[in-house]
Amino acid sequence: MASITIQSITKTFGTVPVLNDIDLSIADGEFVVLVGPSGCGKSTLLRMIAGLEDITAGEIRIDDRRINEVAPKDRDIAMVFQSYALYPHMTVADNMSYSLKLRKTAREKITDAIGAAAGKLGLDPLLERRPKALSGGQRQRVAMGRAIVRHPKAFLFDEPLSNLDARLREQMRAEIKRLHKSIGATSVYVTHDQIEAMTLADRIVAMHGGIIQQVGNPLDLYDRPANLFVAGFIGSPAMNFVEGHCRAGAIETDDGSKIAVPDGVHLKDGQAVTVGVRPEHVRIVAGPEAGSYAARVDLVEPTGFGTIVHVRLLGQDLKIYTLERGAAEVGQPLHIALDGARLHIFDRETTNRIG
Amino acid sequence: MTRKRIVLTVLHRLAVLAYVAFALFPLFWLLKVSVTPTSLLYTEGIRLWPSQASLEHYRFVLTHSSFPTFFLNSTIVSGATAVIVTIVASLAGYAMSRFVFRGKYWIVGLLLLTQMFPLVMLIAPMFKMLSPLGLTNSLTGLVIVYVAFNVPFATFLMQSFFDGIPKDLEDAAMIDGATRFTAFRQIVLPLTLPGIAATLGFVFTAAWSELLFALMLISGNQATTFPVGLLSFVSKFSVDFGQMMAAGVLALIPACLFFLLIQRYLVQGLTAGAVKG
Repeated sequence: MASITIQSITKTFGTVPVLNDIDLSIADGEFVVLVGPSGCGKSTLLRMIAGLEDITAGEIRIDDRRINEVAPKDRDIAMVFQSYALYPHMTVADNMSYSLKLRKTAREKITDAIGAAAGKLGLDPLLERRPKALSGGQRQRVAMGRAIVRHPKAFLFDEPLSNLDARLREQMRAEIKRLHKSIGATSVYVTHDQIEAMTLADRIVAMHGGIIQQVGNPLDLYDRPANLFVAGFIGSPAMNFVEGHCRAGAIETDDGSKIAVPDGVHLKDGQAVTVGVRPEHVRIVAGPEAGSYAARVDLVEPTGFGTIVHVRLLGQDLKIYTLERGAAEVGQPLHIALDGARLHIFDRETTNRIG
Repeated sequence: MTRKRIVLTVLHRLAVLAYVAFALFPLFWLLKVSVTPTSLLYTEGIRLWPSQASLEHYRFVLTHSSFPTFFLNSTIVSGATAVIVTIVASLAGYAMSRFVFRGKYWIVGLLLLTQMFPLVMLIAPMFKMLSPLGLTNSLTGLVIVYVAFNVPFATFLMQSFFDGIPKDLEDAAMIDGATRFTAFRQIVLPLTLPGIAATLGFVFTAAWSELLFALMLISGNQATTFPVGLLSFVSKFSVDFGQMMAAGVLALIPACLFFLLIQRYLVQGLTAGAVKG
């Protein structure tokens, strides 16, 4: 159990900057998810915590110990890899006991630890198998088992579920969360999947271009994204963006429509803004009403539980997420209204949230 | 199975069979001549098997010639070369595969460069260098030369095997508590056994059949290797084919034994299941 402090971390590969002045502190027992598109530096940051990448500048501390120069083996952390990285010439039991053997743990203790971990993960019948005789999900479990037998100070996960099919991914996701609840160890989890981030995290760190865009609990990021990147990255189907300018107390979109400025938001006349609205906050209304828009249905995507309706509106493809079945058919005219209290207004120049 | 498939399979098998016969025929002829008594050699020249077989050539080669010494020399030289080259090439290949270091580009270039010159060009300078060191006419000298000439290719060979082993495995081992060298020894090396076996085999056979340098650097019987020894059956006026072939057959034995020993490790697929895919 430990806290991790990351201070002004910078990383360059040759002359290419990968991470720029990252500050983050992770509390003891916290589950933090680093999320972002590929190339945002999230895996590099994780590998720096693990000691697998050099630190160009800055400092990482586990508890209060500076670990910049500490070898991976002496950091007392465990890591689960996307590729699982199981030792192919060893049985499941040997894979799990390798770290304990390297630490010269007594044999009885090793047996107990493996028994406990295997019990937790349902690996008992597989202990004598080699990795190549296991399915993807089983390999994933062994990789987790290898991490938990040791009771390390912290767990690092590098996109551990990316190689699994959708159903298994969901199942393992829940299992990881349950495991974290029962073990309570500090965990840092890297993923590009915002659903994994939302469901698992105590706190999400959204990254883009080597910079932390926002840190907060999952619903914070969903409800109050700090900038356009986070707004577009968190949430599925993704947020709608409409560009416009502030004119006479309202936002005028490029096609001439008007959107009322939400309460408490102050805009300068002529300011270029982007209005964000989540598909689930766009309503289909029965007829024209104050602030509603007329549109025509362009495409309908049923997802089972709900339906994604695409309409041409405000000069672009606007998505509506509705739970009502058969609410729209292609070509049908519709009236829609935006949920004024749930609009997100961003400055187009800085891309930061205004309100 | 359709008729067409049967015909294709049969044709395929026949082609393979024809190739095997073509490849093995010289070996068969070697064996045949080695058991043909000298008196029958020319009279029954093209018969597939002599009317009367004898082991007289073998007896002569083993008891009346220096061949046992030559074999021993060849075994020592080839074995030592194979072991040294494999160790050096494993470490060098690992570094090439895993590390970025200053001058890597140039080292690779130099290694390639050494492979570009005909060996004949290098005989005189080699002799000049080894002679004052007292390394001509010695097995040690031969081993040094063979190691030098085999390391570059073996390094590239080993590098390609290491490239095939996922880096994640070492990362995992290092996080599990291993030093880089422990990870190399306990995780990477066992998975590279097929590669190591292939390299050992390749270098061993190369050294075993090397003639040019052995011929130039060795003059006395004491340090002669068997390919040079074979030449002693060629005299000014005749060639003693029977004995030469008998010696040739005997020379095949160590090479065959060696491959028998390592063939277990030559099987691929040991890394299956390490990572996805």
